[in-house]
Amino acid sequence: MSDVVVEKLARHWGTTKALDGVSFKVEAGSFAVLLGPSGCGKSTLLRLIAGLESPTGGSIRIAGQDVTGLPPAKRGIAMVFQSYALFPHLSVAQNICFGLEVRHVDAAERKRRLERAAELLGLGKLLDRKPSQLSGGQQQRVALGRAIVAQAPVCLMDEPLSNLDAQLRHEMRLEIRELQRRLSMTMIYVTHDQVEAMTMADQVVLLRDGKIEQDAAPDALYAHPATIFAARFIGTPPMNVVDLDDEGRIADAPGGAGALGVRPEDIVVVPIETPGAVQARVESIEYLGADTLVAARKGAGRLVARVPGKAKIEAGAAIGLAWTQEAQHIFDNRTGRRVADPPA
Amino acid sequence: MSKARATIYGWLLLGPAFVLLAAFTHWPAIATLYHSFHSTARRNRPSVYVGLDNYQGMIDDPVFWQALINNFWYAVGTIPVSIGLALLMALWVNEKLAGRTWLRLAYFTPTVLPMIAVANIWLFFYTPDYGLFDQIRGLFGLRATNWLGEPGTVLGCLIVMTIWKEAGFFMIFYLAALQSMPPNLAEAAAIEGCGRWTFFRRVTFPLLMPTTLFVLVNAVIGAFRMVDHVVALTAGGPNNASMLLLVMIYDVAFRYWDVAYAATLTVVLLAILGTVALIQFVVLEKRIHYR
Repeated sequence: MSDVVVEKLARHWGTTKALDGVSFKVEAGSFAVLLGPSGCGKSTLLRLIAGLESPTGGSIRIAGQDVTGLPPAKRGIAMVFQSYALFPHLSVAQNICFGLEVRHVDAAERKRRLERAAELLGLGKLLDRKPSQLSGGQQQRVALGRAIVAQAPVCLMDEPLSNLDAQLRHEMRLEIRELQRRLSMTMIYVTHDQVEAMTMADQVVLLRDGKIEQDAAPDALYAHPATIFAARFIGTPPMNVVDLDDEGRIADAPGGAGALGVRPEDIVVVPIETPGAVQARVESIEYLGADTLVAARKGAGRLVARVPGKAKIEAGAAIGLAWTQEAQHIFDNRTGRRVADPPA
Repeated sequence: MSKARATIYGWLLLGPAFVLLAAFTHWPAIATLYHSFHSTARRNRPSVYVGLDNYQGMIDDPVFWQALINNFWYAVGTIPVSIGLALLMALWVNEKLAGRTWLRLAYFTPTVLPMIAVANIWLFFYTPDYGLFDQIRGLFGLRATNWLGEPGTVLGCLIVMTIWKEAGFFMIFYLAALQSMPPNLAEAAAIEGCGRWTFFRRVTFPLLMPTTLFVLVNAVIGAFRMVDHVVALTAGGPNNASMLLLVMIYDVAFRYWDVAYAATLTVVLLAILGTVALIQFVVLEKRIHYR
């Protein structure tokens, strides 16, 4: 089992800072997700850990050993690429065993590992096929198989599910998580999909513009977002963030020192005369089946409430919105950072 | 639209291509075969059916055998070397290196140059005494050689020049194939600890096989189609030492006006090319992975 420690890692291209002094630790045997919008540097970070690119500063340690200057093959890692990177002229079995052959693993051991991987991934009947004769999901499994037989303690995955359809993506999420637990690999997984991050990760490293925005467990990331960006990146629909005026009320005009964040599911719609309720006017209604999203305007802010079932509210109606003190997140608008947890 | 009308439309659309193909490809091919079984028409002596007489005459013709053997060595000398060189150059200029655009351009220049210009450049290189090669040899105190005038060296000279011209052309195909190869493959192999040579042998080369077959077929056709350089440099001499099949056909047809014999030689040339191409496809097809 190997832990991965990244310290002050940087990758600059001229004045462009793809990655700017990133530090975090992934515990041995845990599942870490590098999450962020496109261009945030998450793929660069993964490629640096893999050794496919070299950093302009900082260090990477795997299992206590400094691997910053080592070639990819000497780092004890396996990697699954977004495009799978299968060799098109080799059969499934040859693809899976390619690395073992190159490393001169003897034939009996190769066969043993191949059989185990094929069984784990349900590839038994496909071993003689070429990648072009496989579906996207099957190709994905072959790529996983190649990573498994390497028996590397650390496995890196670069958006491995982004080329699959929604249904398959759901199945593979569970399967990859299950495999990672069963083989107790240390996993570093890159994605831009917050659902993948929330459902699979032990630890989410949220990146933005080459810097870490927040490094926390999924539940902590959801319950205590450290910044406005983190608050709005996680959750569907995202957290409502509205500007506050000097008295701490929702501002009538944009711009203000503070900002208030409330998750849609924490907002309840109440009669407009309810004491303490925020009075707002309904802008739109979105019926989703299990619940309804009610978007309402208050001053310069727009608040979305998630209401169970089909809400009997019309657009244009005046309603009251209420939430508990604990559901409030207060941010500093200039720094974008969380100020403090609301007083209980 | 009625069926008859549709048929007319169909033929009208097909027409231009069909007429061109028939007039310039199919008809001449059939006519060539026809002529090869007839004598050449002379004044007062019309063409008559002579059966296999032309073929018998060909077998008895020492120049034909000389041309065939020359052509064989010419093909053996040019094809593997120019393909190998093309692959090497493509691999090299596919790397990230400074000025690679210029390097690619430089390699491709021989292909762009007009054939007669190429022949002139090499005519200078090969000139006895003050040609490039002899000047360099002179520095080491070696005596002048009449490169194109000696039966022993003339075919070699043609081979060297052809390699120089063809390798850059074939390089373009390899370069295109290399650039369409996803870089992820090399990265995946690097993570597995695969060295450059192993990667080339196990991945790059097999994936280049369709290109190799294409280049090979073209190279073989090119080797038997060579005529312009020979005409410009040696005209097949000295003593037929640089006589190739197509040069011979040209001579027979347009210098001696022996149409029947030229047709016979053409049929043989076509048969050779067809057979070689067929063998290449049958043998290599099974081992090639097409994407």
